[in-house]
Amino acid sequence: MLRIEYAYWLIAAFLLYTGLRNLGERHGWHAAFWLVLGTLFGSGDYVLAQQAAGHVLPAQIAGAGVIALALLAPRLRRHAHVEGNSAEQRLQSAIRLGHKLFVPALLIPLVTLLVALFGAHLFIAGHAVFATAQMTLTGLALACLVALFAASQVAQAPVHDGVAEGRRLLDAIGWATLLPLLLAALGEVFTQSGVGAAIAALAGTFLPTGSAFACLLAFALGMVLFTVIMGNAFTAFPVMMAGIGLPLLIHQHGAHPAILGSMGMLCGYCGTLLTPMAADFNLVPAALLELRNPYGVIRAQVGSALWILAITFMLMWLLVFR
Amino acid sequence: MNYWPLLGVAVIVVGFLLRFNPVLVVVTAAISSALLAGLTVPALLALLGKSFVSSRMLLIFVLTLPVNGLLERAGLREHAQRWIGRLHGLTLARLLIGYLLLRQLLAMVGLTGVAGPAQTVRPLLAPMGEAAVENILPTLDDADRDELRAVAAATDNIGRFFGEDVFVAVGGVLLIQAFYVQHGIELTPLSIALWALPTAIAAFIIQSVRVWLYQRRLQRRAADARAESAG
Repeated sequence: MLRIEYAYWLIAAFLLYTGLRNLGERHGWHAAFWLVLGTLFGSGDYVLAQQAAGHVLPAQIAGAGVIALALLAPRLRRHAHVEGNSAEQRLQSAIRLGHKLFVPALLIPLVTLLVALFGAHLFIAGHAVFATAQMTLTGLALACLVALFAASQVAQAPVHDGVAEGRRLLDAIGWATLLPLLLAALGEVFTQSGVGAAIAALAGTFLPTGSAFACLLAFALGMVLFTVIMGNAFTAFPVMMAGIGLPLLIHQHGAHPAILGSMGMLCGYCGTLLTPMAADFNLVPAALLELRNPYGVIRAQVGSALWILAITFMLMWLLVFR
Repeated sequence: MNYWPLLGVAVIVVGFLLRFNPVLVVVTAAISSALLAGLTVPALLALLGKSFVSSRMLLIFVLTLPVNGLLERAGLREHAQRWIGRLHGLTLARLLIGYLLLRQLLAMVGLTGVAGPAQTVRPLLAPMGEAAVENILPTLDDADRDELRAVAAATDNIGRFFGEDVFVAVGGVLLIQAFYVQHGIELTPLSIALWALPTAIAAFIIQSVRVWLYQRRLQRRAADARAESAG
């Protein structure tokens, strides 16, 4: 049976490979970073199992590993992604292969979608092929493998060339790889340390919590505000959910969790369009396009962001309490 | 009520404003918030470790890197650029709205990295857009050029943001799912992704209308300029 843990092991193997290649090239800090991260990935299931059995030591070591990653991250210089071949070679190859190049790229979403839709009905000799937990992601990992073999066919290159190219991309992205994961972990730590509860308490003193509309408005605007402050909807989401979404909207007013989560996150995305804190999306393009006003992109986005926010909020209000 | 953990939020703001390494800022914020909540160091380490490993699903996108790396070496980006470059006869609004649609559709199938400010806006969309603006308004000054480029970058961002959450394996959807799992609510990623569709459509319409209004503003200015020079 295919389980999500296999995908984590696959990621761990890829991270360790990246670490070892860096070690071989004497990039010590990069090697240490990827090796620690790979180890955290490989041992994650053990950590969680031990934690569930009441042994916290592995989790504590993992925590120390996370701190080590944070200390290593500033040491990683973002060395530019060096292309393995010349622009001329790539152009020749592009002309020769044409639309065939799109096939492996499209296989990733296609296979993922197929597994998500039909994976539950797949049996071999009476055994389910896919475990029900995290089936979509297991499908995605499988899709990546299928696509890698397809890409190696299309490009007429061995599979290990792909792994080597992937490692170069991973090194070029560097510590930024880790941000979504860390922001999610931060949200969880915030929740456990009572940041959400503190916001809920603040909301409780100012909000008429009996009014579903007032709670929803506070949730949506809170998502925007926190995203603007922190530059990222991913950090704002767990905080606002723990503070207002879960206790007030879902438990008290019976909001639909999928709609609230999805549309609440999109309210946060409207905030991302407004804030210089989201440098990657707003300041970097302005610099890249040599605009004289560094906030030019944000200025061009304000109107759209506010309209999209208004429509999303309206839809959420109409749909979420069905 | 203990309000001190809220200082963790302040750590994020100050750390990002002072441009420290974001990874370091985020971990520092987590540590300060937990310590201010009265956790002991061993409990803090365990919480940090457990939260980290239970969010591992968010790194699953690295499995797409070998595929992308191999295809890019074989000329995927060059092919996409040549293909888009061959679509002639585009007005400014058609160009930007077409790009918006393509960007949203690509993001919806998880291909957010195919386009972007560095990949497509600077080399393709901005120069093509400038050419289209010059067709309307030959007297293009630096401020106009800046505005066009900003609109192009904004269109790229909006297409990406309001397309990607329709894809099941993207960070946003997985984060929502992970949050609910940790709080005892089981949802499939598909059910979450589906509800991003209405906003995706709304975002497409809103940005398209704004692009069209932008083009009309330029056309009016051109008409005024012609009337002045004629009168």
